[in-house]
Amino acid sequence: MSPRAAWRLESIGFTEVYDYVAGKADWGSAGLPLEGTRGSETRVGAYLRRDVPTCQLDERLSDVCIRVRAAGWDTCFVVNEAQIVLGRLGRTTLAREDDVSVEEAMSAGPSTVRPSVTLDQAVERMRRQNLNTLPVTTSEGRLLGLLERDAAERALRELNRNSARALSEGSQA
Amino acid sequence: MPNPIDRDDVQRLVAAGAQLVEVLPAAEFEEEHLPNAINIPLKELDREATRQLKRGRPVIVYCHDYQ
Repeated sequence: MSPRAAWRLESIGFTEVYDYVAGKADWGSAGLPLEGTRGSETRVGAYLRRDVPTCQLDERLSDVCIRVRAAGWDTCFVVNEAQIVLGRLGRTTLAREDDVSVEEAMSAGPSTVRPSVTLDQAVERMRRQNLNTLPVTTSEGRLLGLLERDAAERALRELNRNSARALSEGSQA
Repeated sequence: MPNPIDRDDVQRLVAAGAQLVEVLPAAEFEEEHLPNAINIPLKELDREATRQLKRGRPVIVYCHDYQ
């Protein structure tokens, strides 16, 4: 649709026309703000824990374990210098005492979601796949944060309550 | 010929004064759009509708995705 619009603008006489072909789906998937009636509170991006720990491939697992546990976490994401997610260290791995590299110990290619996914879709997926957390990345794979199931379910209940209240008030008006 | 651009280009051009135009129908625009975008649905895109755009500034059009 936007290529035709761009050509049409040129035919009208606009001389500097650009086509953002990936559009607002791409914008939202990068965690960038959108305006409108839908509201960002219905999206996963509003409920991330952004302080999730990260480490590099060449670090020693034992060093990472100490750091992650001290910060009160039981998971850690393996990223490169551009914050692209390469793997994950889960609870079991972080309990190991082996002197190995992060690269040897990690689970590669963890499943991720985009921040533009709706909260109800994310919660449904976590329930279906029995997941307690979901890592959230941009469409390029850059880590944005972690969605925790408990927090997501609480937020969804609140959203549904507010939505039901608004409907009820609307029907009484 | 219109130039295809990516997200980084959008941010750079908007910071330099480009105008953002969403060409989806009004209901979709109302629901969600890029900050400071205006709405001119493709079906309504003509000389009259574009009078609200400034001729001397770049224009960026977008829709939902590659459709």
